[in-house]
Amino acid sequence: MFEIDAKDQYYRDLNDMVRAAVDKGEKEISLKNVNGQYYIATGLRGKLDLSVEGVPGNDLSAFMDGPTVTISANAQDNIANTMNAGKIIIHGNAGDVLGYGMRGGKLHIRGDVGYRVGIHMKGVKRQSPTIIAGGTAGDFFGEYMAGGVLILLGLDSPENSSIVGDYLGTGMHGGAIYIRGPVEQKYCGAEVGVIDTDAEDKKVLEKLLKEYCADLNLDYDSVMSRPFKKLIPVSSRPYGNLYAY
Amino acid sequence: MFKSQAPPEYRATIDTDKCIRCKRCIQNCGWSVYDWGGDRVQIETSKCVRCLRCYHYCPTEAIEILKEETRFKENGYWSYNHIRNIKRQAETGGIPLTGMGCDREGTILFDHLMLDACQVTNPSIDPLREPMELKTFLGKKPSKLEFTKGKDGKRKLATKMPPNLELAAPIIFSPMSYGSISLNAQKVLARTAKECGILMNTGEGGLHEDLKPYTSNIIVQVASGRFGVNPEYLNAGVAVEIKIGQGAKPGIGGHLPGEKIPLEVAKARMIPVGTDALSPAPQHDIYSIEDLRQLIYAIKETTNYKPVSVKIATVHNVAAIASGIVRAGADIVYLDGFRGGTGAAPGIIRDHLGIPIEHALAAVDDRLRQEGIRNEASIVAAGGIRSAADAAKAIALGADCVAIGTAALMTMGCTLCGKCYTGNCSWGITTQRPELTVRLDPEVYAVRLSNLIRAWVHELMEVLGALGVNAIESLRGSRERLRGVGLDAQTLDMLGVKPAGR
Repeated sequence: MFEIDAKDQYYRDLNDMVRAAVDKGEKEISLKNVNGQYYIATGLRGKLDLSVEGVPGNDLSAFMDGPTVTISANAQDNIANTMNAGKIIIHGNAGDVLGYGMRGGKLHIRGDVGYRVGIHMKGVKRQSPTIIAGGTAGDFFGEYMAGGVLILLGLDSPENSSIVGDYLGTGMHGGAIYIRGPVEQKYCGAEVGVIDTDAEDKKVLEKLLKEYCADLNLDYDSVMSRPFKKLIPVSSRPYGNLYAY
Repeated sequence: MFKSQAPPEYRATIDTDKCIRCKRCIQNCGWSVYDWGGDRVQIETSKCVRCLRCYHYCPTEAIEILKEETRFKENGYWSYNHIRNIKRQAETGGIPLTGMGCDREGTILFDHLMLDACQVTNPSIDPLREPMELKTFLGKKPSKLEFTKGKDGKRKLATKMPPNLELAAPIIFSPMSYGSISLNAQKVLARTAKECGILMNTGEGGLHEDLKPYTSNIIVQVASGRFGVNPEYLNAGVAVEIKIGQGAKPGIGGHLPGEKIPLEVAKARMIPVGTDALSPAPQHDIYSIEDLRQLIYAIKETTNYKPVSVKIATVHNVAAIASGIVRAGADIVYLDGFRGGTGAAPGIIRDHLGIPIEHALAAVDDRLRQEGIRNEASIVAAGGIRSAADAAKAIALGADCVAIGTAALMTMGCTLCGKCYTGNCSWGITTQRPELTVRLDPEVYAVRLSNLIRAWVHELMEVLGALGVNAIESLRGSRERLRGVGLDAQTLDMLGVKPAGR
């Protein structure tokens, strides 16, 4: 374990130190006393573990390609912006616009998330991103979704309460959103259909949520104790009729 | 059968006496206007867009594409397009889509600006026989230079120079994505950029494997859809451009219609085949100058501080916005005027939003000078640059270089038919249909585009020679070398240009 003390470090110096450690071949790096520094693990590539103690600043793991980042506290906005591969585990809550344009890898959040989380996620067969949030989400969850999987659990919410914001999945044209508990159509974008999960979905959920529970020390069976709803795009071309050619 | 009240725009005709029944028109038309009728070519004229591919490939000049005469009654107020759009909208309820730049008539400021020349009191320069420098550097310039004395007593530069892009001429290619144009069209741009020592721009559609040999002449783009963006991509080119807006469609996002998304493009963009590739109108992580700064520096952190360009459409408050962009840390501000081209834009947006590049350029250059930050970023002017004359005038108004898109596509055959959004381009430019894209041989057309750049370079040199200066740097922002003809006092004041005769 290679330790870096982030106390009073400017973000550029801190990230230079992280990159230097990665270049030296360190595979386990621990950042202590992090306090709002931007761009931690941004553009970082390769297989390594980075643990963050404290609250990291915006744009954590933007464009990241491979590493696993663990955050013991809350995290801020724009995490996993256009992330390509790797994993981020957040033990607390996280802010707005998480996983914007995410292309691959996993974002596991124990707590609540803010507005516009998982927007414009995309995926092709082999490369597909996943975001799982354990709490509730703000408006525009999964907006413009083109691929990948979004899961919202509401673990701390009472049964039958709404855990989503407005405009859920609006503009969705690919991918899938799973919501634990009921979803009212009035919260969904016009391009979204709400269906029950089938055996195939259960397989998908089992694989993803077992890993999530292992990362965050949660009991898989109690996570699965409520039924899930699945949100899918009603059309792969929601705005096809909007234009006169 | 319901007959559309929006009649065909053009009438394709074949002189049956001249026609030798070679069927080349049938093969060449991407729109299926022609079909074989057993003994002669049949014509379905409603499909014709007047792209003139058939005309150019007819060996006997038998084809003529006419403006449809039987149409609406002429009216000085209700134009043909007004009436036709109402008819189409009544039938479809849709937003009329357009391709290429705004084609409306109206004052074109470039045409009202005249460049200066030397007579008697100072000598002009003969560019054919004397050195003439067009080399251009894009990026931040230091506000002062510091030197130290080395051990050998020689002076050495102590100031750390910010990264700059070196261009052999003040012309680059505007961003056009794989998807909006064919891979072959991108290859033409890439080859030419390399050949001519200038730059092309990937647009927002990823960097195709085949373009990798040209990356030292490529700017990669990041826009709101984040198509094709990963760390490898960001580091592949010489600079990264953040696209906020496009001159042809200020305030709205990208729109690549499903017709142009076959498997290859879908894979590059990581979206389903045949869906519309939508880039959101805003980048939802940028709602302020501070947010823009955050993305600029996220990219710089990822690329070890390569230059970052920010592209915006020229809108009313462009000067203040550009100032913010420079203060946010951009190395290049790319201004795209309302005449700028597009693969697909709602007509209402293309034709009615934004301001001309000439005004924007003058306003931005003024503002950055007033604030003392003009050296902090280079300005690229785009949006309707039609000739080396436009380029010279743009540079005199304050641009560091110009970007061309439509003009470059015209060397590949584009005839400005404006139907890029349909994906049927008979010239193989704005289509992904393999039988059409194969027509555009990158090797052949790179020669033509290189010829155009070389010709413009010579023209610029001629202009500089006439102006009596020997470097493009001496014309840059030199509005004293421009005069306005037929422009009102306020327009001249906004442009910072004197009227002719004064």
